[in-house]
Amino acid sequence: MQDNWEPKIIAFVCNWCTYAGADLAGTSRFKYAHNVKVIKTPCTGRIDPMFIVHTFEKGADGVMISGCHPNDCHYNEGNFNARRKYIMMRALLTQLGVDMERITFSWCSASEGIKFASLVNEVTEKIKKLGPYKDFTQLNQDER
Amino acid sequence: MARIGVFVCWCGSNIAETVDVVKASETIAKIPGVVLSTDYKYLCSDPGQDLVKQAIKDHNLTGVVVASCSPRMHEPTFRKAAAQAGLNPYMLEMANIREQCSWVHDKKEDATQKAIDLIRMMVEKVKRNKPLQNVKIPVTKKALVIGGGVTGIQAALDIASGGIPVILLEREPSIGGHMSMLDETFPTLDCSQCILTPKMVEVAQHPLIQIITYSELESLEGFVGNFKVKIRKKARHVDIDACTGCGTCWQKCPTKVTSEFEQGLGKRKAIYIPFPQAIPSRPVIDEDHCLKFTSNRCGICEKVCPTKAVHFDDQPVIIEEEVGAIVVATGYDLMKTSDFGEYGYGKYKDVVTSLQFERMVCASGPTLGDLQRPSDGKKPKTVVFVKCVGSRDPEHHYPYCSKICCMYTAKQTMLFRHKVHDGNAYVFYIDIRSNGKNYEEFVRRASEHEGAQYIRGRVSMVYQDGEDLVVEGADTLTNSQVKIKADLVVLATAMKSPEGIKELAQKLGIGYDQHGFLTEAHPKLKPVESSTAGIFLAGCALSPRDIPDSVSEASGAAAKVMGLLSKSELEKDGVVATVRECSCTACQNCVKVCPFGAISLKDIKDRQGNLIRQVANVNPGLCTGCGTCTPSCPSRSIDLQGFTDEELYAEINAMALL
Repeated sequence: MQDNWEPKIIAFVCNWCTYAGADLAGTSRFKYAHNVKVIKTPCTGRIDPMFIVHTFEKGADGVMISGCHPNDCHYNEGNFNARRKYIMMRALLTQLGVDMERITFSWCSASEGIKFASLVNEVTEKIKKLGPYKDFTQLNQDER
Repeated sequence: MARIGVFVCWCGSNIAETVDVVKASETIAKIPGVVLSTDYKYLCSDPGQDLVKQAIKDHNLTGVVVASCSPRMHEPTFRKAAAQAGLNPYMLEMANIREQCSWVHDKKEDATQKAIDLIRMMVEKVKRNKPLQNVKIPVTKKALVIGGGVTGIQAALDIASGGIPVILLEREPSIGGHMSMLDETFPTLDCSQCILTPKMVEVAQHPLIQIITYSELESLEGFVGNFKVKIRKKARHVDIDACTGCGTCWQKCPTKVTSEFEQGLGKRKAIYIPFPQAIPSRPVIDEDHCLKFTSNRCGICEKVCPTKAVHFDDQPVIIEEEVGAIVVATGYDLMKTSDFGEYGYGKYKDVVTSLQFERMVCASGPTLGDLQRPSDGKKPKTVVFVKCVGSRDPEHHYPYCSKICCMYTAKQTMLFRHKVHDGNAYVFYIDIRSNGKNYEEFVRRASEHEGAQYIRGRVSMVYQDGEDLVVEGADTLTNSQVKIKADLVVLATAMKSPEGIKELAQKLGIGYDQHGFLTEAHPKLKPVESSTAGIFLAGCALSPRDIPDSVSEASGAAAKVMGLLSKSELEKDGVVATVRECSCTACQNCVKVCPFGAISLKDIKDRQGNLIRQVANVNPGLCTGCGTCTPSCPSRSIDLQGFTDEELYAEINAMALL
């Protein structure tokens, strides 16, 4: 591991709660680690398990998924679908050999700017401890 | 070949202080397909927008990325500018380098690199974006108001006064709701009936308002602007068009039944109007008590009716209506007092609810306003009012505050003292909440000028001692036990969501919380909208509130309805799901996961009209663009426009992770 290694983390968030929560963290100037980059989807229900697999394949060291709290979904039940899919996805990813420690699933509302900031920091710290993730990128290279 | 223009905003120093915007725009310029990459101090300003518009024209751009603040802030601004320059607005994306970059990071190096990555992601996405068209849907210019209490009445009147026809649906035999049961109202002590009944009459006489009472919503189909509702009209057994409301039937009816309107304190007949000012002032037959229905005897009402309006063989009917918008104003119920054994409700006749007390002092009540206690008709000298009965009690009942009890209890102490000048009114309270116009002054008037004695603490039990009730409780201000001999005990029971509200919410496809109160789309900024477009909420259906708040919300919801129905066509976001029919296997996964019932199966037929196969079909009017369907499709045949798989994978790929 290089000394200056910084983890690369992708966050898949919903537009209505967590993206707005991340905006609130900005408006409130809560500082957090720069490692997490956000991909906005309309709803956590839109997040395909294959996105996560693909993200690791492309070299991510960690993935965050976050959306509205249960019963707060802008689309009523998209987050329940996401949660169901996540349970299925855990089984799939475990089978694929992904360390589930590298995936964080959470609820973060539009009013929880501070929660978003601390979530990012916690996840970044965790991934830093785990070190770089090469299993999937290696796999990708082998295929080529 | 894509021709992408990238505009990096300084936002004064908001972005430029932590992000090297020049370096960012220079780096982005090297991405294939980017034909223009520049920076500007304030892109959202008029000259900034002109810069974007001019560049779209000059460079013949096929896509634009504006790297600045959150899209939640200025996406509409820049998309509008793009459209003015002739670019499809959905070909413009924003990279959020302020809220999610410059404002949250300190080190310029890191922030600049992150900003570059974020912009790169959006460049790759916008390269794959497709022009989308907003969906246009026609509108039915008619509204349905569910609930005929004061909230529903106000909403119906406001909508109708804007020239839009309204159906006012009420499940009880008359409109009027709880407000028609009240005696006088805080903080002005004006008579509830006197201010409500003129509104009821106005509704009844309004040419654009159709009142449907004794009926409930059976089902709802359709979507904003185009709802199809089925209404179940319960069998009234009285033809309300033929009936003149003369009253002969209920005078002759031999069966006496406990009156719901009088809160069990008075009697009505088996054929009855709930209260004298009822609208419509037409009777209804109570099948559970009418002798004709219970034992096939009597039938005197049918015989005496001068217009032959009584029909025992009436059956419930279902009528269908088309409306463009719905206001849900279903109000509240009071909590069942049988849950309060310690207060002796049900055991002692002289322990009553606050709503019963309203009837006891009301001039139109069972005693015509002469205050008598239920057990022996004696005029009570000492009345104990107990507040927060079931409210603010998370361990046993409801955690929320019922909001109006502090005020109506203060009012009831005054009403009592106006009837019994030398009477003693005691109030047990936890806190006094009187935050409304003239509310605090009103409570002070009750305690300082009208003699109500406030005791801070809870009542532990109520029991009988001879003829009197004894109320035992704590006074937490003097830290002592209190024992009060009372003639009457009034419980301010919690307001709760009405029976059947969850079933109604499910039929309407709107959200409700753990207590059954309906959920607004946003607690602050969309207080009268539900999460389903075209369905609005008002009054106690949302949570406990008083008459002024309910009426204001009714007018708010009515304004929303009129805004919606003022156009002949609705335009909605082009972010909707579409089906690739050639690969769809009609497995119906998407149909099952769609939270809005927007997806159904469509037949594909050959030229002879024979069914070949079925495929999923999205109703763009119903689709809200959540995208839950997309990952559920095993053959990748349904995709969310604006957030397609291709676009999102492009974002992931562009993260420069390797």
